[in-house]
Amino acid sequence: MEVTFKILRYNPEKDKEPHYEQYRFEAHENMTVLDCLHKIKWEHDGSLAFRRSCAHGVCGSDGMRINGKNHLACSTLLKDLNTKDTITIEPLPSMPIVKDLILDMTDFYEKYYAVKPYLINKSPVPPDSERLQSNEDAEKLFESAKCILCACCTTSCPSTWSNDNYIGPAALLKAYRFVFDTRDDAADERLDIIDTPDGIWRCHTIFNCIESCPKEINITWHISQLKKELSNREL
Amino acid sequence: MIHKFDVVIVGAGGAGLRAAVEIPKGYSCAVISKVFPTRSHTGTAQGGVCAALSNEEDDSWLNHAFDTVKGSDYLGDQDAIEIMCQDAPRAIIELEHMGMPFSRTKEGKIAQRKFGGHTKPEDPNDPNSRRLPVQRACYSADRTGHVMLQTLYENCIKNNVNFFSEYYLTDLIIEDGTCKGLIALDMATSEIHTFHAKAVMFATGGYGRVYRITSNAHVGTGDGCALVYQAGLPLEDMEFYQFHPTGLWRLGILVSEAARGEGGILRNSANEPFMEVYAPTVKDLAPRDMVSRAIISEIRAGRGILGSDGTYYINLDLTHLGKKVIDEKIPEITGFARTYLGVEPTKESVPIQPTAHYAMGGIPTNYDTEVLYDNKGKTVTGFYAAGECACVSVHGGNRLGTNSLLDIVVFGRRGGKKIAEFLETAKQIDFNSDPSEKTKEKLTNLLSQSGNEKTAVIRRELQQNMMDKCGIFRNETDLTEMKQLIMQYKERYNNITVQDKSSVFNTDLVETIELANMLDIAESINDGALNRKESRGAHMREDFPKREDEKWMKHTFIWKDGSGGNPRIDYKPVIKTRFEPMERKY
Ligand SMILES: Cc1cc2nc3c(=O)[nH]c(=O)nc-3n(C[C@H](O)[C@H](O)[C@H](O)COP(=O)(O)OP(=O)(O)OC[C@H]3O[C@@H](n4cnc5c(N)ncnc54)[C@H](O)[C@@H]3O)c2cc1C
Ligand code: SF4
Ligand code: SF4
Ligand code: FES
Repeated sequence: MEVTFKILRYNPEKDKEPHYEQYRFEAHENMTVLDCLHKIKWEHDGSLAFRRSCAHGVCGSDGMRINGKNHLACSTLLKDLNTKDTITIEPLPSMPIVKDLILDMTDFYEKYYAVKPYLINKSPVPPDSERLQSNEDAEKLFESAKCILCACCTTSCPSTWSNDNYIGPAALLKAYRFVFDTRDDAADERLDIIDTPDGIWRCHTIFNCIESCPKEINITWHISQLKKELSNREL
Repeated sequence: MIHKFDVVIVGAGGAGLRAAVEIPKGYSCAVISKVFPTRSHTGTAQGGVCAALSNEEDDSWLNHAFDTVKGSDYLGDQDAIEIMCQDAPRAIIELEHMGMPFSRTKEGKIAQRKFGGHTKPEDPNDPNSRRLPVQRACYSADRTGHVMLQTLYENCIKNNVNFFSEYYLTDLIIEDGTCKGLIALDMATSEIHTFHAKAVMFATGGYGRVYRITSNAHVGTGDGCALVYQAGLPLEDMEFYQFHPTGLWRLGILVSEAARGEGGILRNSANEPFMEVYAPTVKDLAPRDMVSRAIISEIRAGRGILGSDGTYYINLDLTHLGKKVIDEKIPEITGFARTYLGVEPTKESVPIQPTAHYAMGGIPTNYDTEVLYDNKGKTVTGFYAAGECACVSVHGGNRLGTNSLLDIVVFGRRGGKKIAEFLETAKQIDFNSDPSEKTKEKLTNLLSQSGNEKTAVIRRELQQNMMDKCGIFRNETDLTEMKQLIMQYKERYNNITVQDKSSVFNTDLVETIELANMLDIAESINDGALNRKESRGAHMREDFPKREDEKWMKHTFIWKDGSGGNPRIDYKPVIKTRFEPMERKY
């Protein structure tokens, strides 16, 4: 079958503004959007720039806007899209474009670093063995630990769109990952960090983030657990 | 721009990050990576990381070492293997202490499961009794590599490690037998950076992308190994490349051995569980090289299943595991089957085919990760390598599943320690001349050369032919043909036009440099394979089907600088401690 891709292109050395370019080519319904981008790059226009690595939805490199929805190019198959119409590919919204589909993700990473995304444990560890943790407690972390930092959620969030400083769902999810780890001793420090005007309270439970998460993480549930924890703390 | 650091590590996968964590605070350390650290390939590892923790059943590091030596088909160096297996429990416990989330046992210890080639004697008092599968692989559902990489990166953030993300290594500077630093391209701007360092570590990962069907990420192009080869240093055992038996058909995306560890069974077109014939005791949990060959043998014997595109596959049957095991123990990989093949693993078999997976060979090092200058044991001052790019050699002719995640943390740490020791007295030595000139010239040439060749076309031909002629089964005719082909590709390379001339994220240019590296890697694999006239581990010569210990129980060292544009080959003896070679039956 023939498909048409309309891609938002931008080369800072040539273009004043981003603009769309169209590509029509032969494709198969089992191809992913990433396969198609490669086809365009490898057969038509070598200058098309995008990030990618694993090609199966685990490295988080290729989050982009596909027909208006945030998703990973490598996990979106043509058969899941309406290929009769033009397929529109744009970079994720609300981050500065560097070139074509490549964004400057500095701000996204800064917010992730802000929640102290590492285990802080103040008690001595057993010398020759692991700390014990029930499988139940461990599994409470697994959902949040699945995150691949693709930024699909944060850039789909209306609160992010209206306020650049909002910490965003990805960072909140990371905060959950450590606040609820039975081995961690810095829950309070992290809760202080997110309990700010640009922190967790900007989340109005609008669910956009969940819909765009390629790992199908129930982000809002995790955020609500953090909100509960904060309310309990105040009581 | 010139940077000065005490140590520069190239690679932000498990090996590079583990080494970075080990560098004492008093020394300046930079980590360079062509992708953002958490996007490194380690994150795709699924099944587990092994250690004889005995959390589920009695086990010992000696059992683990025995399996690793046997799995390596007696090409692994036993001193290094003993170090790794003995250090394994400590290494895993350390990861737990760093915060890695593991699946747990009822008592709250780290959970363990079975994996291919990991066994223990049925009678604990008789090491020669029949060996049965043992639960040795520690895991976090089927996202073990992902959480390991996250945890190591998190510890680097905690330690304020300097990262240079999306910097692409283009040259290694070795002058007078000493490594003085490296050159990297800032992909966002095309600016060339010189890193002047007292110590350099390569942790640049594998090169599965030289094959068409592979489980490896697009970035797995073997840059580090190729630069070492181009610098006139040897590579070791390059002919040993592992095909994992279960890649998703057509795509090569990995279905971890964990699927068989949890009870999955391979079946042919007659629905027969054929591994019973090839490995009667461990069956589907035989080592990878054997299972991959069994699959191809079944297909060749007409017992494959014909796919819609005219190629054949084998079925991986998980239906009897039940929804609970599938959803809790292997959710990610069964998700891949749903997404990419539209198969529901709780109800239907998953179509699979062997996929290029792991490089046993690489940059030769001793067990302290010091890079070898030659096959006599001399080392390159200030140069270290660890992880998949290195050949210690703990995996010999064939790696056991879950031994690589172990290798990267054990030897990443050892490397970090050795570097710290070296830095106590090391000095920064001036360059003889501006070392960035070579890279500048190379880039200018690539951007100005013109012709009607395309990077992607040559790359695709290389990948397909490596698959067909230098893959699971090999023979003199195919390998000789492949050698000619690689020479032709190298000539055609000079007629490539790089379409993108821009300096911002010129990924067209980077892919073209990667292709040059892949061509060198393919050459070293193929020449090694042509030269080794025996079959051992993953290297199977149809024309020399037997293992020949007298003649060939030795490591291949290959240099680029032979006569007439040919590589040169020499050997290094295998180090034996306590395990005598025997026939490899399972
Ligand atoms: C799908 C899959 C599943 C696996 N599952 C398991 C498992 O369950 N258990 C197990 O033990 N092993 C497993 N393995 C193997 C194991 O994951 C890898 O061998 C291991 O993670 C390699 O780690 P590394 O640190 O050496 O390299 P990598 O993680 O590959 O990292 C390489 C690093 O080098 C950088 N780099 C490379 N070239 C350049 C350059 N030119 N410039 C700058 N930076 C560069 C990259 O950016 C990256 O940061 C699996 C492998 C695959 C492919
Ligand atoms: S639920 Fe919260 S974080 Fe998610 S999109 Fe809505 S406002 Fe944003
Ligand atoms: S939570 Fe989901 S969408 Fe958000 S960064 Fe993580 S994986 Fe991506
Ligand atoms: S390329 Fe890794 S997530 Fe898509």
